Amino acid sequence: MKYTYFPGCSLEGAARPYDRSLRRVMALLAQDLEELPDWNCCGATMYMSVKETVALALSARNLGLAERRGGTLLAPCSACYTTLLKTQRCLKELPRMREQVEAALAEAGLPCGLSVPVRHPLDVIVNDVGVGAVARLATRRLDGLKVAPYYGCQIVRPGPAFDDPDWPTSMDDLFTALGAECVYFPDRVRCCGGMLATTAPALGEELTANVLDCAARNGADVVLTTCPLCQINLEAHEARGDGRDPIPVFFFTQVLGIALGASATEMDLHRSLVPLGGRLRAALGA
Amino acid sequence: MKPGELSAGENELRAAFLAEVDRIPGGDRLRRCIQCGTCSGSCPVSREMDVQPRQLVGYFRAGDLTSILRSRSIWLCASCYACTVRCPAGIKVTDLMYALKRMGFHRRVAPQGLPTWVLAEEFVRLVKRRGRNHELALLTRFLLRVGPARLLGMVPLAFKLLRAGRLAWRVPRVKDLSGLRRIIARAERMEPDYVREATRFGAAVGYGALVERAPPRAG
Repeated sequence: MKYTYFPGCSLEGAARPYDRSLRRVMALLAQDLEELPDWNCCGATMYMSVKETVALALSARNLGLAERRGGTLLAPCSACYTTLLKTQRCLKELPRMREQVEAALAEAGLPCGLSVPVRHPLDVIVNDVGVGAVARLATRRLDGLKVAPYYGCQIVRPGPAFDDPDWPTSMDDLFTALGAECVYFPDRVRCCGGMLATTAPALGEELTANVLDCAARNGADVVLTTCPLCQINLEAHEARGDGRDPIPVFFFTQVLGIALGASATEMDLHRSLVPLGGRLRAALGA
Repeated sequence: MKPGELSAGENELRAAFLAEVDRIPGGDRLRRCIQCGTCSGSCPVSREMDVQPRQLVGYFRAGDLTSILRSRSIWLCASCYACTVRCPAGIKVTDLMYALKRMGFHRRVAPQGLPTWVLAEEFVRLVKRRGRNHELALLTRFLLRVGPARLLGMVPLAFKLLRAGRLAWRVPRVKDLSGLRRIIARAERMEPDYVREATRFGAAVGYGALVERAPPRAG
């Protein structure tokens, strides 16, 4: 299957390992990725807090570019993913807003892209490629690895989403099939603090600590994320230290790649901000 | 004034808010709120809010939007959508929060000590200039404005990211910047006339005392 890939701004920064591992994983799963040419910022939560029509037009520019190419748009960042989907829903439901955004995009000769399917890689891997097929392609079992699958907010909310908004299990299914043990992790969709890490650090820190405490209490060796902001918030907390052994926080594609036979270096495991413990090294071949 | 009667300023503010609500799909469901409090109970930051999500609707019904815009609540919302998916009346609480953020931003009303609006303003400026966000530039600009001392606190993390090859000094810009800017300019002309409204409503409800920042530069 062919996908138009929308990396999003974070994947050019601290979340580079997500970009690298996702490209490799999709290749190993025989899926074709082509980067959307000249994509722009989706607007995230910040633009919508300032100007609505512009925020929708910015997001829709990417949809328009994707529509021109045809095929499915793949957005690994949860914020991009939700923003693109929300834009489509909003413009479909509000004809007046749609006219305004269409007029704005016409300035650059672009359509609105309302019919472009927008998908998250986790959805594609679990539901299109299929858990069984991934497990058959795997060359390395993740036996003994204790995983806390952290979904965060915007991959399953506001929806309608490909998984449950309160108790998603896609990552659990995937990594269980690969031999890992998914620990009890009730904080799977609890907010990481998002931008509060920047704007209200004490509160942000508390929210991040809650999630990690839950993972630590339940014996996780590693936390897996699907979102660049969750990842950096959680990992920065662990890198600062919290009086216990720090838990590495990886993108789910990094560990999935290991199972599919990629090397630890290819999956950027050495770019972790916290050291990998012996158990983890053994389980991941790092 | 008689009980239940609103000042001219609150009335205008209310009209402006209803106009904003009208721009959200399903925004009119606001009227169906049963004050059950599921939103407050689901919100991960409600304990830090001076006006609970449930109370926001109550304040609005009581004709007190001024207190809402002054509150920390709207700028504490991190858009996790827990309230939105759980609301039994189908109210899109998170989207209402966005509408309130826009109202506060353009009326230059912001709570003390919670500079989320500064981050939003710097984000918008960066994206308008480059077409994409640049994490390092955004964080630096934000901290320079709200507390340069905090920049020092960020050094250890920045150093670790640098060593891990994950600190991007430069990131690509959008190539067709002129096309992007034409889209933005056209869309901006279709936004509600925030500046005119801000002057009108601001004077009417006495926001003068609340202005604690320079005029927004996001344009």
